[in-house]
Amino acid sequence: MLSRVADSCFWLSRYIERAESSARILDVNIQLVLDSEDQSANGANDLWRPILSTLAEQELFESQHGELNGDTVMEFVTFEKANSSSILSSVTLARENARTVREQISSEMWEQLNRLYLHLQSPAARAAFRESPIGFYRSLVDQFHSFQGITDATMTHGEGWHFLQAGKYIERADATSRVLDFKYHVLLPSEERVGGNVDITQWMAVLRSCSAMEAYLKLFHGRVTSWEVAGFLILHDSFPRSIRFSVDALDQALHSISGSERGHFSNEAERLSGMLRSTLDYTTVDSIFQSGLHQYLDQTQTRISEVSRALAQTYCSWL
Amino acid sequence: MLPPRMKGFFGHYETGGFFDEMFEADGTVRPHYSKILERFSEMDSASFESKRALAEKTYLNQGITFTVYSGDEGTERIMPFDLVPRIIPADEWRLIERGLEQRLRALNLFLHDIYHDQRIVKEGVIPLEIIRTAKHYRPELVGLDVPHDIYIHICGSDLIRGADGTYMVLEDNGRCPSGVSYLLENRQAMKRVFPKLFSRHAVRSVDRYPQELLEVLRYVAPQGNPDPTVVVLTPGIYNSAYFEHSFLARSMGIEIVVSQDLVVKDACVYMKTTKGLKKVDVIYRRIDDDFLDPTVFRKDSVLGVPGIVNAYREGNVNLCNALGTGVADDKVTYYYVPAMIKFYLGEDPILPNVETYLSAVDSDRKFILENLENLVVKAANESGGYGMMIGPSATREEIEKFRAAISADPRGYIAQPVISLSRSPCYFDGKFEGRHIDLRPYILMGKKTTIVPGGLTRVAMRKGSLVVNSSQGGGSKDTWVLDESEATC
Repeated sequence: MLSRVADSCFWLSRYIERAESSARILDVNIQLVLDSEDQSANGANDLWRPILSTLAEQELFESQHGELNGDTVMEFVTFEKANSSSILSSVTLARENARTVREQISSEMWEQLNRLYLHLQSPAARAAFRESPIGFYRSLVDQFHSFQGITDATMTHGEGWHFLQAGKYIERADATSRVLDFKYHVLLPSEERVGGNVDITQWMAVLRSCSAMEAYLKLFHGRVTSWEVAGFLILHDSFPRSIRFSVDALDQALHSISGSERGHFSNEAERLSGMLRSTLDYTTVDSIFQSGLHQYLDQTQTRISEVSRALAQTYCSWL
Repeated sequence: MLPPRMKGFFGHYETGGFFDEMFEADGTVRPHYSKILERFSEMDSASFESKRALAEKTYLNQGITFTVYSGDEGTERIMPFDLVPRIIPADEWRLIERGLEQRLRALNLFLHDIYHDQRIVKEGVIPLEIIRTAKHYRPELVGLDVPHDIYIHICGSDLIRGADGTYMVLEDNGRCPSGVSYLLENRQAMKRVFPKLFSRHAVRSVDRYPQELLEVLRYVAPQGNPDPTVVVLTPGIYNSAYFEHSFLARSMGIEIVVSQDLVVKDACVYMKTTKGLKKVDVIYRRIDDDFLDPTVFRKDSVLGVPGIVNAYREGNVNLCNALGTGVADDKVTYYYVPAMIKFYLGEDPILPNVETYLSAVDSDRKFILENLENLVVKAANESGGYGMMIGPSATREEIEKFRAAISADPRGYIAQPVISLSRSPCYFDGKFEGRHIDLRPYILMGKKTTIVPGGLTRVAMRKGSLVVNSSQGGGSKDTWVLDESEATC
């Protein structure tokens, strides 16, 4: 496969996953704001600020918007063209990449992505957004799920597909770690205590944004604690949005690309992903909290981006 | 029984004194259109409009668009598509097919000749001066042999019909003719929108084009390699024909590459893959000669691959179409094609040229300059509807501009009488109106010559306009060639 094509498949997939994560986070935050007991304007704004730090777009936002509130943040994260990681920008970039590899992906995939892009540009999308933001984000997530389903059902599971998987899971591992970190940025109101009602509501929001609520509740019989939520989203071995699951799938994709055996490595990307994977396999929640959840997540994000860099170096160095 | 006439939804249609593809001058329908008339005359603007919207949506969702740049943002537009098919009966198609096959054979013999012995010049059929001054003539290729002596593998010759319905060749496109993807997609769209029409007509299928193209590309591999690696080379996604490039690569199941994907080592061309370098044998290139290799042609080209021409000269890679075919596109060369057919094949041309005057010839130039307001003037080396003037609709300034240009560069221009191209009914705002059309068939030359039945029918969408090029706002129609089994009375 052409290196350029591999690179485009990888990024096409990352951008799709990125857009999906943003839609999830916004959906959940709207609900969090609605559930909040502090319904004053200031209280609501306090709940919107962390979105920007989670998506690492605070500076750009401040240079563009005077006021921080639900409307400006949603607009910025959803439709803002100047924001290169807005949902619209991500979908546009995914489509640009898809255009260059149309002979690799199936027509059905292209058409789904193209429809989504045309929809986001249309007045109908704006109208749906005004009508019900929650409904709008849900339907977007559905569209992304359709894309994933179409991809799995219509594209040969060969090299190109493995690059798509690699992109998807790298981005997902990164997104889940950011969502968890989101909780770190949300300040508890001063009179609230850790483990109190507000704290639990916030942890539940984190679960929801990863579609993990039901899976989690089954496992922990309705008990929500910070340790168990973090443990679940970082270390669970078969929940498809946990970091460990994502890194494992990434490692699998890398080995499928090179043809080397799991547990061994034939290039730097595989070595780094294998190391990250085994760390996750043998880590406990206790040790994570001992070293500090925020620090742990930060470090994990760095290691994920190192795998991404090594992957580009291995397969696309001449681009 | 009297033949059916314009009626119903077609009741107000006017042929306007032109040769109409669907109706005789007296308003009776031509037999091969009678079933279409039956179907469409029953419709009304609401039902037709919903079909039209469905077709449009199909194109948009599939991203079958070209990009129009204005300001800092490019907008994607679909090429206007008209739902009334253009129908060619079997006997007319037989004639077209024979004529085009003959023409391409002669053009390929001509290219081989001028890059070798130049017999046609020595025997006084074409002046050396004409060849030497052709913009796309490549003297550096003289003496170079190409696989199977085929230069133009893919040819798009534009056909028009004048006032009496005779098919004539307007020009030959032997460099990178585009538009074939529209031909194929138009058929898909028609099948989706009017499925039942196809069960009532024996319409010949166009589906095999990509496979036939791939066969040609494989056949002309260097050193007769039986299992060559074939790629499509595109200028990139911002090229207005990118959709077509990727469409063809997909339909042939081969890689589409941009110049950065290719590298030349030891006079061989390789592509950069995740598993290392892979040798490329045949390149269906959709980049003009000028931009292909910055070390040989335009130094400023960023679209090209340094060293690729050397690899070609060494016979390690083949390019389709060959380098230097543009000399056959030259509108002055066009004038000589009937003479070429006679010279190389000893045959009379089956399809005539449009009557043409060369301003390089003194007597012709005198005639042209005296009759500018009645003639179509064309620059010899422009395409896409650029560099031309239609006398009767030109302003005083335009006429004077061309007069000066012709006097300054007689070799650079030709003139033709204004041909009122045949018209076909097209749907506009609730009713049918006649619009001028042409036909671009695609001829492939490999082991054998094949022509996809029909071609791209291009439509001048503006009322009265004779310019059908998509870059000038032209649209297109599905083109049906009827099978021999379909009786046309």
